[in-house]
Amino acid sequence: MDLLENLALGLSTALLLQNVLWCFVGVLLGTMVGVLPGIGPTATVAMLLPITFSFEPVTALIMLAGIYYGAQYGGSTTAILINLPGESSAAVTALDGHEMARQGRAGAALATAAIGSFIAGTVATVVLAVAAPPLARVALQFGPAEYFALVLFGLIVSIALARGTALKALAMIFLGVLLGTVGQDIYTGTPRFTFDQRELYGGIDFVSVAVGMFGVAEILRNLENEQTRTAIVDKVRNLWPTREDRRRIVAPILRGTGLGAALGVLPGGGHVLASFTSYAVEKRISKRPQEFGHGAIEGVAGPESANNAAAQTSFIPLLTLGLPAHPVMALMIGAFIVHGITPGPNVITDEPALFWGLIASMWIGNVLLVLLNLPLIGMWVRMLRIPYQVLFPMIILFASIGTYSLGFNAYDVYAIVLFGLLGYILIKCGCEPAPLLLGFVLGPLLEENLRRALIISRGDATVFLTRPISAVLLALSVAALALSVLPAIRKRREQVFTEDE
Amino acid sequence: MRTTSRYRAAARMIAVIGVVSLAAACAGNGGDGGTTGGGDTAGYPDQNITFVVPFSAGGPTDTVTRMIAEPMAAKLGAKIVVQNVEGAGGTVGAGEVARAEPDGYTVLMHHIGMSTAPALYQNLGYQPLESFETVGLVTEVPMTVVARKDFAPATLQDLVTHVKANADKVTLANAGIGAASHLCGLLFQTAAGVKLQEVPYEGTGPALTDLVGGQVDFMCDQTTNTSGQISAGEVKAYAVTTPERVKSLPDLPTTAEAGLPGLEVSVWHGLYVPKGTPQDAVQKLSEALKTALADQKVVDQMAKLGTAPVPAESATPEAHRTKLQEQLGTWAKVIADAGIKAS
Repeated sequence: MDLLENLALGLSTALLLQNVLWCFVGVLLGTMVGVLPGIGPTATVAMLLPITFSFEPVTALIMLAGIYYGAQYGGSTTAILINLPGESSAAVTALDGHEMARQGRAGAALATAAIGSFIAGTVATVVLAVAAPPLARVALQFGPAEYFALVLFGLIVSIALARGTALKALAMIFLGVLLGTVGQDIYTGTPRFTFDQRELYGGIDFVSVAVGMFGVAEILRNLENEQTRTAIVDKVRNLWPTREDRRRIVAPILRGTGLGAALGVLPGGGHVLASFTSYAVEKRISKRPQEFGHGAIEGVAGPESANNAAAQTSFIPLLTLGLPAHPVMALMIGAFIVHGITPGPNVITDEPALFWGLIASMWIGNVLLVLLNLPLIGMWVRMLRIPYQVLFPMIILFASIGTYSLGFNAYDVYAIVLFGLLGYILIKCGCEPAPLLLGFVLGPLLEENLRRALIISRGDATVFLTRPISAVLLALSVAALALSVLPAIRKRREQVFTEDE
Repeated sequence: MRTTSRYRAAARMIAVIGVVSLAAACAGNGGDGGTTGGGDTAGYPDQNITFVVPFSAGGPTDTVTRMIAEPMAAKLGAKIVVQNVEGAGGTVGAGEVARAEPDGYTVLMHHIGMSTAPALYQNLGYQPLESFETVGLVTEVPMTVVARKDFAPATLQDLVTHVKANADKVTLANAGIGAASHLCGLLFQTAAGVKLQEVPYEGTGPALTDLVGGQVDFMCDQTTNTSGQISAGEVKAYAVTTPERVKSLPDLPTTAEAGLPGLEVSVWHGLYVPKGTPQDAVQKLSEALKTALADQKVVDQMAKLGTAPVPAESATPEAHRTKLQEQLGTWAKVIADAGIKAS
């Protein structure tokens, strides 16, 4: 059988000593940059790309890929421990993960994230090996109209499930969408809300918003109350998930994996939706929706699995078609090129050892990540014992340096301060930062694809209904909206995106 | 050997972190060396040199910069730190260098966008010829005209006829305002004498994805991005936009051969320093650039990118200045004719 032969070839490549070694270096670096707020995998891969010039091509790609999915593991650590998500996906993990940490269950949350990520990574690797080319063809069916419908569906699912004060959640989503419009309009070049500051032409950086709204606002909230501050430090209960926890996370991990693997394939922003959608799904079908936002372990297990599965399957368009789904993938294309491999559909046939070696290395990388991360949990949890007068300035210092290093743009650092204050005020008003962040991430995608679809169709709006995939997604959106206005469902809305005390 | 590269990796990581912390601490007040602009430069360079790339890390311009940085650093005997200052089509980074201390320790790598920005942006805050000294050209990357694989026209001539007849239906993709693909698309419309519906994307990747997926009809893009798709038959290629054919695509005619000589464009890159930088420093940088471009490793790496270093006589301040002047004129006209404004 072809598949087994290919996998054998892949494993024999990936298990070469230098490949395992560099895979480890990659996932270790990835974990580190994931943990450090601000510095993300994109910057790291970009910095390390020139170093890999002297490597074998497959070794270089194995290491760079390791940084990418390793960062997905590391990103959840700070989200859980100090409510500081480094990427949009980790913002969801922060909701219940940090709540668990406040209840002294940081260990269980971290272990759940690691285990979920491992299972998701394993399954997604199999998906990659078995079905990459056909999946990539399906993904190509998604044009601007389909992405618009998909993003709209994502936003509506979140609105529909938002808590009792749906109005506040809606307001936050809209505020996020508005913040997302800052910068140069890509269609006309018109600067929007830039106040003649050239530094704002590129828009507001996601990391600044996330670090400010979550991290800094959380610090401010902690500072006002001695009670909440000592809460985390004192009671660190069971480091590992209990038997009850283990029972509760199985199904969310599997559902999250499936959802993430499917959405990750879509190059136009599918991976962004994975963790948000998984959270909404878990909350909707949970028997205990009231626990969400208050430390529900499902709210960590599902999104973390979805996120990692999506990170893995987002390699599909890159490997099978040579098309990047993510800035890191664009860098990987650069890595292909400098190693003399022309990215494109021919890579599978021309370079089978590279293609299958990289896929096999992802599974090995996932094993290494679990081995690396599980023993670290004890250390991370102990970090919570660092006195706050030391920890808080450190968090802000690292966040500022990390954010500044992204684009050497001082405005990104000012933005942290601004969003920290805004986040604090919003928390005081009973508004949650997560819907805002969702709007901020999805808003630009929504606008971009809406306008692009209409440009291509010459202003004919029926294109959204005449294209089947788009029509189905829009129908689902309408159904989700209708469901949300039914009174019986309304009660359930009380929960997603809330973390009030 | 392996340990050496590992050591280098670690050292670079540490250096980067150190530089980042330092930069944050000084809040942009770097380059505080003893010498001031115009002063004695006999000892140049005696501190780290910063190469500003006004685009994101890992992009084509960034890759080219990092390729030449190493041999240049060796020749100059100083460390070169590559810094990405992104935003607004490269104008943020260029503006920062224009305002930097003219001491030879801040160098800008920029591409064709240097010559298009004055026509695209108001209140640019700098002027290409007045705010900078040219150091030398680096490379010129050719572009290709490509279409979705089931697009009807078979040759470049057919394409021109087809888009003229169907100007209300055809879509022309590009990677955003001011991007090389956008400029090439404008030039195509001028050369073909037609006005088409343009579909901007944020970067080449998404645009090429939609072209392969058949969502848009055709576009211009750098050989680097398209050659894999062309040889796999995922897109249809019509021509390459340079006077000579490219090695990686020997069967692809040039635009002149295919009957559209007006469509000639390449993504040229050059190094700049702030106006007032001592001539001695400019000369040393230019010499180092020539050495780097003659380096076999650089030649090989550029060949993999589908391009080549410019000949030694182009890696000079004079040749670079002439090119910049000529390009400023060309694009001012093309962009004004098209009525495009980025701000």
